[in-house]
Amino acid sequence: MKVTLSQENDISVISIEGSIDGKTAPLVRQEMYPTLETAMRVVLDLSKVDYLSSAGLRLLLLVYREFAAKQGKLVLLGVSEDIQTVMSHTGFLNFFKLAGSMPEALQAVS
Amino acid sequence: MKSQTQMDFSRIDYYPTHQQHGYRFRRGRTLPFGATVVPNGVNFSIFSSAATSCTLVLFRKHEREPMVEIEFPREFRVGDVYSMIVFDLDYEDLEYGYRFGGPWEPRIGHRFDPSKIVCDPYARVIGGRDVWCAKPDWDDIYQHRARLAFDDFDWEDDRPLEITTNDLVIYELHVRGFTAHNSARVSAPGTFAGIIDKIPYLKSLGVNCVELMPIFEFDEWENSRQHPETGQLLLNYWGYSTLAFLAPKAGYAATGRLGMQVDEVKNLIKQLHQAGIEVILDVVLNHTAEGDHRGPTISFRGIDNKNYYMLTPEGYYYNFSGCGNTLNCNHPVVRNLVLDCLRYWAADYHVDGFRFDLASILGRDQNGAPLANPPLLESLALDPVLSKCKLIAEAWDAGGLYQVGSFPAYNRWAEWNGKYRDAVRKFLKGDMGLVGEIATRIQGSPDLYYYRGPAASINFITCHDGFTLYDLFSYNEKHNEANGEHNNDGANDNNSWNCGAEGETRDDSVNLLRLQLMKNAFCMLMLGRGVPMFLMGDEVGRTQHGNNNSYCQDNDLSWMDWTLVQRNSELLRFVTMMIHFRRANPVLRAGAFYQGRDYVGSGKPDISFHGTQLWAPDFSPGSRCLAFLLCGKHAQDQQGDIYVAMNMYWEGLPYQIPAPRAGECWRIVVNTSMRAPYDIFEVADAPSLGDRQEIIVGPRSMMVLVAQACNPSA
Repeated sequence: MKVTLSQENDISVISIEGSIDGKTAPLVRQEMYPTLETAMRVVLDLSKVDYLSSAGLRLLLLVYREFAAKQGKLVLLGVSEDIQTVMSHTGFLNFFKLAGSMPEALQAVS
Repeated sequence: MKSQTQMDFSRIDYYPTHQQHGYRFRRGRTLPFGATVVPNGVNFSIFSSAATSCTLVLFRKHEREPMVEIEFPREFRVGDVYSMIVFDLDYEDLEYGYRFGGPWEPRIGHRFDPSKIVCDPYARVIGGRDVWCAKPDWDDIYQHRARLAFDDFDWEDDRPLEITTNDLVIYELHVRGFTAHNSARVSAPGTFAGIIDKIPYLKSLGVNCVELMPIFEFDEWENSRQHPETGQLLLNYWGYSTLAFLAPKAGYAATGRLGMQVDEVKNLIKQLHQAGIEVILDVVLNHTAEGDHRGPTISFRGIDNKNYYMLTPEGYYYNFSGCGNTLNCNHPVVRNLVLDCLRYWAADYHVDGFRFDLASILGRDQNGAPLANPPLLESLALDPVLSKCKLIAEAWDAGGLYQVGSFPAYNRWAEWNGKYRDAVRKFLKGDMGLVGEIATRIQGSPDLYYYRGPAASINFITCHDGFTLYDLFSYNEKHNEANGEHNNDGANDNNSWNCGAEGETRDDSVNLLRLQLMKNAFCMLMLGRGVPMFLMGDEVGRTQHGNNNSYCQDNDLSWMDWTLVQRNSELLRFVTMMIHFRRANPVLRAGAFYQGRDYVGSGKPDISFHGTQLWAPDFSPGSRCLAFLLCGKHAQDQQGDIYVAMNMYWEGLPYQIPAPRAGECWRIVVNTSMRAPYDIFEVADAPSLGDRQEIIVGPRSMMVLVAQACNPSA
């Protein structure tokens, strides 16, 4: 699991690589936290995430809830079809805005 | 594992006191029972009245050998409850069970066996049968593994719908069978998620409640076998054999392989609620999957056999369920388990109600004798959490108790009305001597439910147990050979009629008659007071080829064939319009019984019965005809008077019809002897009878007239 942070103008891009499960979710959260605390526009790049467990989905929903509370903008980029299906079956998908490409993602939070 | 730096030390009991094999733990909290996530750890709590020792067994998910076994120190037991908090667990990757030490003395009810790892009765997720029909590892020492659930679903503003019971139209469905057929064309066939894709279908049909056949975790491999002649694999498809009462069936979830069935079920319920559809669960609380003394030790037997089961004086199992054992429901501890279970489904899953399989068992005492005032039934009826839930009893059991109309109801319980089913079936196939009873059943069975009101009567002609509606009019006898029991299983008393040919036929006259009788059935069901219920697929004439007990048939025989939606579109159109007719006419579904008199000053009684002649209903033994008039002014928002003529005789008969009010004319809304589109109309489009005073009701058919202002152009 690896978390990379970058910046596109006033938009924070958080890229995650690997699996997000019960073991890694607290670490991902820890690494994202400083960015999430201050940023108002975030692209969460999940195109290199191969597996999201139940705990992983919960991490995403918590982040979404925090953003909704402070009226920030959050978009998920490159969520694989498999993960989208799981998110759809469990009701998580309805909460998020999804983007297929970086320009689309940046547009969505601009 | 969590690092120490992530731990919360703000309370003393957030800190471990003991250590063994590298695992840190402390004394736990006795309540709640089960495994509960607490700060820094998981609290395990379990009850056994006669065990001499208890050991917590922890596994990493899917691993064959335990990662650790921790015996509860003596000081961790309070009363008969063992509890412990274990720290630093990755609870997403955890499976747990127990070993109980204690006597093996079956004659006095004890069957402890510390060589077995047993499952927590309070388990909220069970692993081991994660994917439907995936071959189990039979050598696994722990087949049905308790896991932890995230019970933190984001419901947003969802809540149980609390639709008035008498306004319900219930659709009984099998979660897997509803979308498993390849014609279903859903994203995840045979699953909870699959049902979501069919919500538009349910909505357009007009039902506002689905009753899901058992979704508590069960083992589809229980008693699995190959048919001796056909080689067909026979499974426990229906699932009336519970492993644990708080865990949803993983194999019904598209995400069961990922352990996300809890979220998937909740999402389904949320989506159904958004469509205005309630969810009732068919709950099997009368027995468990452990069978009799020859059955496996999975959970209850190895934890506290004597308390969980009703035992004979010799220590064998009473079998009031017909499934080997009987849950000892009126033992205070078991009663609490049942209450906790239902509260959990109501509060955490937003379930709208429950249908209790073989509910009469819940009213038996610990020796099996029926109780006059069963504490469990009273508790359920008056429970604060369940107070808005529908409680529906299957008011009989396999031990000979038949309580339709006399189930201890506390003014709260409804019942599957078996007497409605039997009388209506006989009447529809043309039996004599039923007109009087039909007049009572149409009113919501005041003979049975006078004090409870018509909403206590769940009116059904078919359900999962028995013939489908199509088969009811296509088979004189059951044809259960495919079950591999030489046709000895299933009910023999079906009150069915094959219309002249046994099974499917090319004879058009037979097929037309069957279609007409199915229309009569739905017409009858939707016009009566009480709560109509029908079985998945009956609206499109689904057949099980005469099999009236398809409990082991996980195949096309049981599954909903969606090509019928096109092929039997005439029936589907009729049923849909009939349901909408019910929903548009409050007089049909009011919450009180008819009184047979005029109590609003309309000049007509709320209901009056007639025969082929007005005011002369023929209740004689040879009669097959009945008509009734409903006064529209006895219900709010009712469009007009309704007159219904039923002729189950094999020839057409003239019926005198009541004079409509001044300025009104009768319109023919339903005539089941006609083919579509003339079989049923929207009231506004229905043909007017003008000033006619008589109608001919065709052989074995029904007509429904609605009074409307005479329209000169009609």
